[in-house]
Amino acid sequence: MNNKDNLIPREVFDHLVDLAAFSLEEQEKSYLHEQMNNQLNSIRELEAIPLPDDLPVTTHGVDYGQDGTPPLRKDEWVACQNTADILAQAPCVEDDYIVVPDIPTTELE
Amino acid sequence: MMTELTDYSAFKLADLVKTKQVSAREILQAHLQYIEKADGRPGSLDGIPSADDDKKIHAFITHTEAIALRQAKQVDEKIAKGEDAGLLAGVPFTVKDIFCVKDTPSTAASRILANFTAPYTATPVARLAAAGGLMLGKVNLDEFTYGSSSESSAFQPSPRNPWDLSKVPGGSSGGSAAAVAAHEGALSLGTDTAGSIRQPAAFCGVVGMKPTYGRVSRYGLIAFGSSLDCPGPLARTVKDAALMLQVIAGADKADATAAMKDVPDYLKDIEKDIAGMRIGLSPDYFRITFPDPESGEYVEQELPTEIQDAVYRTAEVYKALGATIVEDVPMPNTRYGIPVYFVISRVEAASNLHRFDGVKYGYRTPEQVKDLTEMYRRSRGEGFGLQPKLRILMGMYVSAAQYAEQYYQRALKVRSLIRNDFEIVFDPGGLYKLDALLTPTTPTTAFGMAAVYGDSVMMQYADQLTVPANHAGVPGISIPAGFSDDGLPVGVQLLGADFSEAKLLRIARAFEMATETDEWRTKKPIVLEGE
Repeated sequence: MNNKDNLIPREVFDHLVDLAAFSLEEQEKSYLHEQMNNQLNSIRELEAIPLPDDLPVTTHGVDYGQDGTPPLRKDEWVACQNTADILAQAPCVEDDYIVVPDIPTTELE
Repeated sequence: MMTELTDYSAFKLADLVKTKQVSAREILQAHLQYIEKADGRPGSLDGIPSADDDKKIHAFITHTEAIALRQAKQVDEKIAKGEDAGLLAGVPFTVKDIFCVKDTPSTAASRILANFTAPYTATPVARLAAAGGLMLGKVNLDEFTYGSSSESSAFQPSPRNPWDLSKVPGGSSGGSAAAVAAHEGALSLGTDTAGSIRQPAAFCGVVGMKPTYGRVSRYGLIAFGSSLDCPGPLARTVKDAALMLQVIAGADKADATAAMKDVPDYLKDIEKDIAGMRIGLSPDYFRITFPDPESGEYVEQELPTEIQDAVYRTAEVYKALGATIVEDVPMPNTRYGIPVYFVISRVEAASNLHRFDGVKYGYRTPEQVKDLTEMYRRSRGEGFGLQPKLRILMGMYVSAAQYAEQYYQRALKVRSLIRNDFEIVFDPGGLYKLDALLTPTTPTTAFGMAAVYGDSVMMQYADQLTVPANHAGVPGISIPAGFSDDGLPVGVQLLGADFSEAKLLRIARAFEMATETDEWRTKKPIVLEGE
């Protein structure tokens, strides 16, 4: 395996860029595509590891135990105390509504 | 007296304030004057590189002098009234700019958040302030913490290593480590996702601790890898790190992943002897395995002798203190830490970074756009730097439906193997019964500015010896253990079982006390020479 191998085809890369909602210069695309291939080359080392069928996944390393695990908060509506501070961070606001450009729509047949 | 105040430990400063030998305001003024002289210009968006950049530290993005002055006033008023001013009364600290602090810019070192002023404060920062700490400012980091050198920050100049200004301070908590090493605050709050506290601590010759996952609340931390991120202390001494952890640790109703475990007194037994403790050495931590940049073939390389020697010298010290050194401890899955990290952290990063869209807060393109979709693309394309983009794309790829089983699910299973390595060696009823595993913190000492940056794979492999603890969730601490032949700090790492921070701090402090008169302890960072 050579890290210059094109493990991720360019059309797959372009599709990901589209899904990620990035507008990119060609130079950026070249760098990102190359680095993704290099990283995938590293990741493929995992394929050679023999894994027992019953091996569980680990999503968090530490088991807190029943006493150490915080209970989930109740699903209750709580009034926000600083709506003005939060709205002040939005790039465009009108009458306390966040304003965005036109939302593309598709006519349904 | 004014300049000497910047040299004191947090422990000493709090004592001086509580015994009314010095005021919090005097401590603050001494630090502000020193920072103005030593730090140089703070990182800024579109900061144009200058030849003078290599003459200063550049740890900061934002100075918060007004907040610190208000906090110092409160501490002094409490002392005057005879009230308890807190464990950190009058202790200056800095905060990695990945934590939200109300009414301050909270940038994540990214253009996409450069104009974001946080409407609330992260729990660990609030606890530091409530304990009497004085917040000097927000310090620089890799953009969204994505890196191991701090060079990927959108805020330039990025921080330099106070021991050699042509070297990186490490990352992503590079600003934190540089600030602490350069005496720009006794403490700094960092985060560690793959080694981002311990690696820069080792590069800058300071103490850095990654607590157990869930020991410190993540509320208000701008998330990278939600199952890996751990806030933690950077300090110049082990006791100061313990003091800081004491303040920030504990349950938090605002964070459902913060463990509801009692916080022990980290200082009570910190200077008790360690005779009888079992400290392990693993050959799997004395070599690294990485893909050759040219061929892509995997190569295994022994660590440099000076790094290995630092660990063996440390083990000798522990042996002389009565500890049992257990050699040849197998940690066979250490080498998979980075490939697993390439998958899990990217998936989590992609998930966390989709929220930045130019709608609710942060950067929105100033260009005219035809619709919402174009606004998203332009805002994210212009707002994110290369490293966040790379992580988002990689995370989407390896978690895509057709690849998820091959990559993501497999990585989560290999993570179980890594966790299992630790469970076996720390099992009190097992073969090894270790109290701690002693390892090098980093495969090398601090590397040169621009020497690795851009090669995202090689940069990631700088974390090969620290990332297994993040996968497993276990605590780790990096402590200074000497210097390389070219005068750069070398750190060693102690790893322990879940929630064994008190024990790790005790073992670390034992080494610190046993070596406190060693010649290497008298060395100072280049920026402090002549002070």
